Amino acid sequence: MDYVAHDASAFAPPAEVDEMELYHPKTFVGKYIWSQDAKVIAIQYAITAIGIGLVALVLSWFMRLQLGFPNSFQFINPSNYLQFVTQHGMIMVIYLLTALFLGGFGNYLIPLMVGARDMVFPYVNMVSYWVYLSAVLLLIASFFVAGGPTGAGWTLYPPQAILQGTPGATWGIILMLVSLALFIIGFTMGGLNYVVTVLQARTRGMTMMRLPLTVWGIFTATILALLAFPALFVSAIMMLLDLTLGTSFFMPALVSMGQQSEHTGGNPLLFQHLFWFFGHPEVYIVALPAFGIVSDLLSVHARKNIFGYRMMVWAIVAIGGLSFLVWAHHMYVSGMNPYFGFFFATTTLIIAIPTALKVYNWVLTLWHGNIRLTVPMLFAIGFIFAFIHGGLTGLFLGNVTVSVPLSDTMFVVAHFHMVMAVAPIMVVFGAIYHWYPKITGRMLNDTLGKFHFWVTFLGTYAVYLPMHYLGFLGVPRRYYAVGGTDFIPASAQSLNAGITIAALIAGAVQAVFLYNLVWSYFKGKPAGGNPWNATTLEWQTPDTPPKHGNFGPTLPSVYRWAYDYSVPGAEQDFIPQNVPAREVARSGTKT
Amino acid sequence: MTQAISTDTVEPLPLAEGVQGIVADWSSDQRAFKNVPWGKAMMWIFLLSDTFIFSSFLISYMTVRMSTTVPWPNPSEVFALTLFGKSIPLILIAIMTFILISSSGTMAMAVKFGYEKNKRMTFVLLLITAALGATFVGMQAFEWSKLIHEGVRPWGNPMGAAQFGSAFFMITGFHGTHVSIGVIFLVIVAIKVLRGDLDHQRPGFLTGRKGSYEIVETMGLYWHFVDLVWVFIFALFYLW
Repeated sequence: MDYVAHDASAFAPPAEVDEMELYHPKTFVGKYIWSQDAKVIAIQYAITAIGIGLVALVLSWFMRLQLGFPNSFQFINPSNYLQFVTQHGMIMVIYLLTALFLGGFGNYLIPLMVGARDMVFPYVNMVSYWVYLSAVLLLIASFFVAGGPTGAGWTLYPPQAILQGTPGATWGIILMLVSLALFIIGFTMGGLNYVVTVLQARTRGMTMMRLPLTVWGIFTATILALLAFPALFVSAIMMLLDLTLGTSFFMPALVSMGQQSEHTGGNPLLFQHLFWFFGHPEVYIVALPAFGIVSDLLSVHARKNIFGYRMMVWAIVAIGGLSFLVWAHHMYVSGMNPYFGFFFATTTLIIAIPTALKVYNWVLTLWHGNIRLTVPMLFAIGFIFAFIHGGLTGLFLGNVTVSVPLSDTMFVVAHFHMVMAVAPIMVVFGAIYHWYPKITGRMLNDTLGKFHFWVTFLGTYAVYLPMHYLGFLGVPRRYYAVGGTDFIPASAQSLNAGITIAALIAGAVQAVFLYNLVWSYFKGKPAGGNPWNATTLEWQTPDTPPKHGNFGPTLPSVYRWAYDYSVPGAEQDFIPQNVPAREVARSGTKT
Repeated sequence: MTQAISTDTVEPLPLAEGVQGIVADWSSDQRAFKNVPWGKAMMWIFLLSDTFIFSSFLISYMTVRMSTTVPWPNPSEVFALTLFGKSIPLILIAIMTFILISSSGTMAMAVKFGYEKNKRMTFVLLLITAALGATFVGMQAFEWSKLIHEGVRPWGNPMGAAQFGSAFFMITGFHGTHVSIGVIFLVIVAIKVLRGDLDHQRPGFLTGRKGSYEIVETMGLYWHFVDLVWVFIFALFYLW
């Protein structure tokens, strides 16, 4: 039988873009510190993000200790508790997940996957990381100033965010806002690079519709970020002015702690609109790269092409577009015109369509696949569980009538942790297990990896499943202590204690993961160039780890899409993107 | 910082027309925007992002203006200037707007002469553009000092709603910063043109990529954007 492949051609068009010449540094500092190589910048981003993420993990432990065993710990008082909640949320969403997916995976994978030698403007890319690092340092500094970091909740709603009495109202909130503004500036420098590299610096034969879904996810998320962060930037500036110059953009006239404030006539709801115009796309800034990466993991480890590639691409784009039209579903109880609630509930539920489509396609990719239960695959399947779970509770919260009674309960906490904490972090782990061999040249330890997966997966479920039930009981979120409340049964407390124990275990097992990262770097099994037999360009580099410039003397030409797995008639069960049709027909695949 | 890239095409591509052309470009390999250098593509996307920043500012301004219960000061009185014993509404702002729009004209001419590789004319026109921009910022400083003298502060003013001063100083300040940054970069580009950096393809600012006269156009994109934003600020702040 003749070999048939989806979207393969024997021909790669002539080069339109000249070969990219690179600045090769010679010193250690130039290679690893002030590096302009996207791969080194990616690792800098990743290490910084994971480092600050560990701080947020410990903060979540402190919160859980208070909730599970109230008043047993001297160092947790109501103010501290609010600071833990706030900083945990802010760090996890922005400084860990956004930075890791876009700055980390984006920098590493985009140039390699599109067949470029580097980002289009490496110098700006380098500056991007250093601005991000200074934002992180400012955030850390806020833990050490008088009054500590802000405890206003990660949403920073005014008026309480800047009123005296809120923890960190003197210095913490200022540092938080400046740090956010810096983060956005740094991200913009990187983000412009990612977008232009995908649009303008692809290799011969690499059309948009041959890009791996990982690139599509990161690319679309970056565009969302470039359009959504401005709203946060503006609200940060306006709140800073309210704080320091005494303007009244967000601050109404009010009596605070017995004193008439100097503010007059501001509009606190304006902040909520600006914040969520950023905040809702932010959910997808984290989710879309995860969607893209998990598609590739599933396809590679099921040895099967992704089901409905084009549908997947358009679903990513549609979700990205719709994410700008749903922000006020975070504000059903803020006091809006009810017709707004109707509009935003409708748009929110429409997003379920492309999202469900993606889930079906992932499951259909597994269907009849030659599934290999490697560690990345386990995490990818774990993602599907967590995401379906969090997605379904999203339907509850998208409907105004169901959402209003559930607002500000633990149900909301369970929902968003399932959908945008557990699900993306599953993908982060899967992706690290998947690409670590390319980044270091060594495999991560399999046994430790499987242990890490099962404890993390079951642990997070043990944390968040019962939390839904607490939410139905009406247990409020963000409360330091519930006290003697009639509608909450005493058993809720034992459930809370159980959740805390699960959270401690699921958190502690991450030490195994970190140990695995370090141990495998020195002692891991050598990986070779393409340990997973994957088709995408990053696995076809002449060196592992790839050298500065990524590909040897000539850039690869692309002849097919990224998903030629188990193609009938081909000798091997995968055909790399840079293998032309005639070579497949003649002698099987080139490896 | 010695290495570089040319994003010039090997040879100009035949371009399809209309919608078919867009589809052909986007479904092709290597580049979605044919014959567009990287710096220019990046500037366009940056400006799109910046548009969202200014939109957020202006929408916030409109929201606080509508939600405040205190009457808004009358712009034609606040922004009037007494010249020759007569109070003329919006005269200063009219002149400022005229100057800024004119600078867009000189910028466009600089781009034209740049592509003709006419070093002297490009240099002169860039400097004129920078001078007009600096004049604009200077007049804005004059307007700020006049308003401050009359008691307008970010936190309040004698004429009406406190948000008037807040929004005015914030938005014009943010725009003025954009113009000032633009003036600095115009001077940098002008010096590069004069030194022949672009003829010899020396690396550009904050990048190792080769310089070319296309950076004059990229600079121009930014400058026209800043002018366009001013038109919206003018309409929404001074005419409303």
